[in-house]
Formats: sequence, structure tokens, C-alpha cells
Amino acid sequence: MDAAYVSLRAERRRRNLLGWIVVAAVFATSAIVAELDPAKLWAGLPRITEYVEKTLPVLRLGHLPEDLAEWFWDLGHWLYLLAETLVMAYLATMLGTVAALLGCFLAARGLAPHATTAWLIRRGFEFARVVPELVFALLFIYAFGLGPMAGVMAVALHSFGAQGKLFAEAAEIALPGPVDGVRSAGGNWAEAMRFGVLPQILPNLASFTLWRFEINVRNSAIIGFVGAGGIGEAVFTAVRLLHYEDVSALLILLVVTVSLIDQLCGRLRNRMIGVEAAR
Amino acid sequence: MSTTADVGAWRARMPGAFGPTGLRLVWRWALVLAVLSATGGAFVWFEMTPARFFAGLSELGRVALLMLPPQPGEQPMELVWALLETLAMAVAGTAIAALLAVPLGFLAARNVMSLAPFRFGLRRFLDVLRGVDQLVWALIFVRAVGLGPLAGVLSIIVTDTGTLAKLYSEALENADRRQVDGVRASGGSHVQIARFGLLPQALPLMLSNALYIFESNVRSSTILGIVGAGGIGFQLSDRIRALRWDEASFIILMILTAVALIDAGSAALRRRLMQA
Repeated sequence: MDAAYVSLRAERRRRNLLGWIVVAAVFATSAIVAELDPAKLWAGLPRITEYVEKTLPVLRLGHLPEDLAEWFWDLGHWLYLLAETLVMAYLATMLGTVAALLGCFLAARGLAPHATTAWLIRRGFEFARVVPELVFALLFIYAFGLGPMAGVMAVALHSFGAQGKLFAEAAEIALPGPVDGVRSAGGNWAEAMRFGVLPQILPNLASFTLWRFEINVRNSAIIGFVGAGGIGEAVFTAVRLLHYEDVSALLILLVVTVSLIDQLCGRLRNRMIGVEAAR
Repeated sequence: MSTTADVGAWRARMPGAFGPTGLRLVWRWALVLAVLSATGGAFVWFEMTPARFFAGLSELGRVALLMLPPQPGEQPMELVWALLETLAMAVAGTAIAALLAVPLGFLAARNVMSLAPFRFGLRRFLDVLRGVDQLVWALIFVRAVGLGPLAGVLSIIVTDTGTLAKLYSEALENADRRQVDGVRASGGSHVQIARFGLLPQALPLMLSNALYIFESNVRSSTILGIVGAGGIGFQLSDRIRALRWDEASFIILMILTAVALIDAGSAALRRRLMQA
């Protein structure tokens, strides 16, 4: 038995070692292709710390209000862009979710009236989800012109794909009883979906939608990098034109806003789950 | 069978069963009205008129026709190399972040680091790393270390060290106490407790988290090039800006194929890890 144990252990060690060698080889190749030269990295490190240092504003205890005012000198404009970002996220979530809600019943296996359209809609969800928003944004800027409309359409299209997949999966696992009930009472397919499936999956859908809104706030904040509206435009300009203190001010505004939104949505979600559990 | 009159009678007897009544009804309509007016207001703010929408849509239709058939362009090898560079950025960035996050994850776990203020500070620091978007880091690193994949790798390292350290610390906190107590009872040091009491329990989940982040990085590294941080995103945005739609669609197809392949491979690996 001892011999069996020893040989088994040696076998596992060999397999583990082989695995680690493969991982190390893949990593080494990647590091070379990605130009991850240790010397270059070492040379770059001081420049990174230097960059961070430059973004830190001069704050003197005696002149704190003046210094803060200078740091956040363009606050009015930034708050406007921040508001634009939030409204973009809201509108994109709204449009994407409504479209996904209409599509998910047609795409859900076992519920969809036509197998072919269901397959097509699922591929549509996949395409909208997998192509990055920024690529859609580049296309839409060409089609709809610069500004928030292109950004909203890009984020909405991505949301449509992501939400549609989740919604259809939720609809697929809904209990069939209520659907049969509506059907046997003479309801048509649309009524069966509205009164048989929707009430079952609505809490899940609401939770997904809040989560999507949180993600969309982040995405709307960067979509301005290519000129599709929102605060990304200001961040892009500040970094490009080396307005160091603006970079830190904008990032602080962004991080604070994003974490506030996350907490708000988290609370709403917990309340909804609480309501659901109390039923 | 119940008739319309029966339904009316029941509605009169138990109005609540047919939907919200009274004040709740008022609230519901107020909410609907608020959502509708907010949505309408947003449309007006962004000047999203039907005319603009349909004009843009017909333009998109024209572009879609120009995208067919997809063409590799004059330098197909350049595109293949850019795609490989994208994958390499994701691999190298994720691997380094996955290693850097190990000590940070241990230090942020409640059952390892008992000093609460230190843990709090570390967690807020990780929040900042995660809270700033990868593309913002990429933009900053392009400024700090120059154009090229190094900036992209650094942006992946920074954001995902934050994400993975948080996920690792949660995996460690969910580990069973009894194995930790066992190592401690037989005289293990702190390091031995971490190595033999905690790590074996959390390792499969930690590796699975790292693989999941790797999949997400393959997607996100395709766009890092748009801000100049290496990879295929640069080629794509270049072709779109030059209005070479057939080459742009070829690149998009390349990206979709690569992402699908990586996802399938990584998902299979993750399933095996979780079984082991």
C-alpha cells in the first residue's frame, strides 16, 4: 500500500510539474510578445510614481478653500458632464432593457413560438454582448454624429445583448404551471407570457437591471474617450494635454459617484429581495 | 364558468386581489409618469429625434453593406500579430495580477489579518484600483510609459490586482476554520497556517477566479488599443476612422472568433479545476 501511495504521489507531482512548465512557457512567450521587458518596466516605474506625484495638488492647511477651489476649478462643467454621464447610463439601461424584455420571450427555449426566430434572436443577443461598446460607439459616431446620442445607442445595444441573455435564461427556468393555467383559461401566447411568466421572473429582472445600470454608469463614463458624450471626454482631454491636477480631480469625482451609485443600487436590491422574501 | 357579472362581484368584494388600489394605485401611476418624463427629458437633452435616429440607421445600413465581404487588407500578418499581442497582453497581465493579488488577498482577509484598520485601509486602496476603469488606467499609462502593449499590460495588472485581491480575500474568509485550527493545534506558525490550513481550501476557487478574470481581460484587451495601449484595438479604430469598413468587419470577426475560442477553452479548464 505504501508503494502504491508513493507512486500515486510521484505521478501527481509529475502532472503538476508538467502543468506549471506549460503555464510558465505560455507566460514567458506572452511577456515577450507584450514587450514586458523587465529593464523597460524598471525604467518605467519611476515615471509612474512621478506621474502620480504630479497629479497631487498643492493643498496648504491655511488656504484650504482656495486650494480646493483651484484644484476643482472647472467643477461646474465637470458636474454637468457627470450628470450627462448618469442620464446616458439611465437612458441606455432603459432602452436596452425594454428591447431585451420584448425579445427574451421570443428567444427563450421552451417558450418561444418559433424555433428559428428564437435561434436568430439569441445570436443577436450574443453579437450585441460580445462586440465591445467602444467599437459600437466608433461606428455610431460615424452614423449619428459626435455626442451623447452615439454613446447612448452603443451602451444600449450592449445592454440589450447582456440583459437579453440573462432575461431569456430566467424565463427558461420559470415554472410551467402558471403558463398552462393562463393557456387553459383561454389566454393567448402574449397573455401567457405577461401573466404566466413575467410575474415569476420580475424580481430577478429588476435586480439584473439595477446591476446593469451600475455597469452602464462606468461604461458611459469612458465612452467619451472616442467622443460619444459624458465625462470621458474631459478625462481624455486632461490626460492627453497633461493637465495633471485635473486628472486626479476628475478621477476622484468619478470614483465617488460610481461608489455612491453602487451603494444606492445595492440598497434598492436588498430591499427588493427583502420584499420578495417576506412574501 | 364565471361570467363577467361574477368577476364584477368579486372585484367589488376583494378589490385588492385585482391589483393595487387607492394610494398604492396613485403611487404606481406617479412612478410610471416620473419614469416616462425622465426618459422623454433625456431624449430631448441629447437631441435624440426620430429624424436623426432614422438618418443614422440608414447610414448604418449603408455601412453594413460596405462591410461585406470582409477583407483582410494588404497586411494580414500584421492583423494576426496584433491579435496575438492582444492575447499576450491578457495572459501576461492576468498572470502577474493573479500573483500580486495573493499576498494582498491574504492581508485583506479577516481570518488572516486581525488588525482591522490595516484591513480597512488596504481594502479601500484595492477599491480605488478597481474603481478606476481599465481604459482610464491604460490612457494614463500610455502617457507615463509611452504607446505600446506595456501600457496595456500595466493597466490590466493594476485593475485586476484590485479585483483579484478582493475575490481571493473573500475565498479565504469562506474557508473552513477547523483545518486552520488543526494546523495551529499541531504547532504551526502563521505562515504554515496560511499555507496548509487556508490555501488548499481556497486555491481552486482562486484559480477559477483568475481564469474568469482572464476571459474578461481577453475581451477588454481588444479595446485597449483604441487609446494606444497595444493590441488589435488600434488596427480596428484605425480602419474605422479611415472608413475602410470591409477591413474593420474582418477584424471584428477575428476578435469574435478568438474570444469564443478562448472562452470555450477557459470554461473547460475552469470546470476541471472546480471538480479537482
